[in-house]
Amino acid sequence: MVLEKMALVGDALSHVALPGLALGLLFNFNPFLGAFAFLFISSMIVWHLGRVTKLSFETIVGAIFTLALAIGIIIIPEAELLEALFGDITKVTLIDMVAAVLISAAAIGLTRLIYRKLVLSMISEDLAVSKGISIAKINLIYLLLVSLIVAMGIRIVGTLLVGFLVVTPAAAAKNVSANLFKYAFLSSLFGAISASTGIILSGYLNLPNTYTGPLVVFTGVTIFTATAFAKWKAR
Amino acid sequence: MSAAQSDEEYILKVSGLSVKLQNQTILDRVSFNLRKGTTLAILGPNGAGKTTLFKALLNLVPYTGKIEWTEKVRVGYVPQNIEVDDIPISVKEFLSFKNGTSVGSLLAPVRLDNQNMPSKTLGVLSGGELRRVLIAWAFADRPNVLLFDEATTGVDMSSEEPIYRTLNDLKKKSKITILLITHDVHIVREYSDYLLALNRCAMFFGESKEIMNPTVQKIIYGETVCAGAPEPTR
Repeated sequence: MVLEKMALVGDALSHVALPGLALGLLFNFNPFLGAFAFLFISSMIVWHLGRVTKLSFETIVGAIFTLALAIGIIIIPEAELLEALFGDITKVTLIDMVAAVLISAAAIGLTRLIYRKLVLSMISEDLAVSKGISIAKINLIYLLLVSLIVAMGIRIVGTLLVGFLVVTPAAAAKNVSANLFKYAFLSSLFGAISASTGIILSGYLNLPNTYTGPLVVFTGVTIFTATAFAKWKAR
Repeated sequence: MSAAQSDEEYILKVSGLSVKLQNQTILDRVSFNLRKGTTLAILGPNGAGKTTLFKALLNLVPYTGKIEWTEKVRVGYVPQNIEVDDIPISVKEFLSFKNGTSVGSLLAPVRLDNQNMPSKTLGVLSGGELRRVLIAWAFADRPNVLLFDEATTGVDMSSEEPIYRTLNDLKKKSKITILLITHDVHIVREYSDYLLALNRCAMFFGESKEIMNPTVQKIIYGETVCAGAPEPTR
């Protein structure tokens, strides 16, 4: 999302999951499934509208995410609203964890498959198309991957903060990377450090569960600030 | 020379090529033939349809008329715009997207074979270096036709000539046919064999040296009247 200059799209897209999350909480099924279903359908709509209207992803996502947020707030039970917005790691079950590992492995595998095509389309769409790459197909797979990852992250840090997991570790890695390998490695590392530090701190300090998400974000933003400073010093 | 023999010399025959996008005519009945192993310079103001001509040749836009490659072509394409400022990708990573060719062997022909070049990020290269990397990228597929769009965009003047000299060297070695878009009359005269002056329609098609002919200059830089433009004969 950072390389595609769609950092804010990642944040906005996470809000689209709220109505699905609400349905899961209301009807007592796994909220991840509801969130993913809404994100998946929204991604398809965004992709289709993008192709038909030639409007940018930012414009389309910007237009529908507030609607989804409004619907979510109306239908979600008030008692559950805080959890949906800010997440609760204590509600993560063993099945959730196994599913997250499997989905992550699938997402990494799929990303590897489209990696060269995706990077080439970011560098130049003309160059990519001249090599027979379907930009529309690559964008669709890419949006589905984002939907999966966002849906998983919501459980831990909630809809309001999940955009952080998509954007900030990658933005921090970009500050100090000269090549794609380092960028991918540092993005994962910074994400893992942010999440584990936030979770451990929250438990160690005996804070309420809703503090976990914000602590994850504080750690990530600290890393981002340090890398931004390092980049500035290196100039 | 018989007509059949003459036909064999052409690698590309374009006849009555028109492109309409969003109800606007971008190209209007453009016709020209191009001989194998020559360089065609395409000259014209902004919005003249030069890049669209390339896209039509690459089959990236719908068109009417006829584009005929007389043999199986492998087209190398260097586009006008690439976005590298925000992407941390090294020269080595970019060129290794082309399977089976070593990065060193791709950089040497474009005179970028210094030790540090493969580890450099594309975004920090000068305009001239970046163009050479893109030429190396295009040549990795061993093309027999190269489309080079706005060859010197973002390149300082002192780096322009070396780029064209590199292209000329590669052309001599590989007998490639080159189509290049340029705004520079000097480049047309020194580095191309044929000139296509475009302003929606073909204003002039002929040998590049004729660009110095005042009558030809009047045609190229005079008022565009597509309906009356003669069919190129060469």
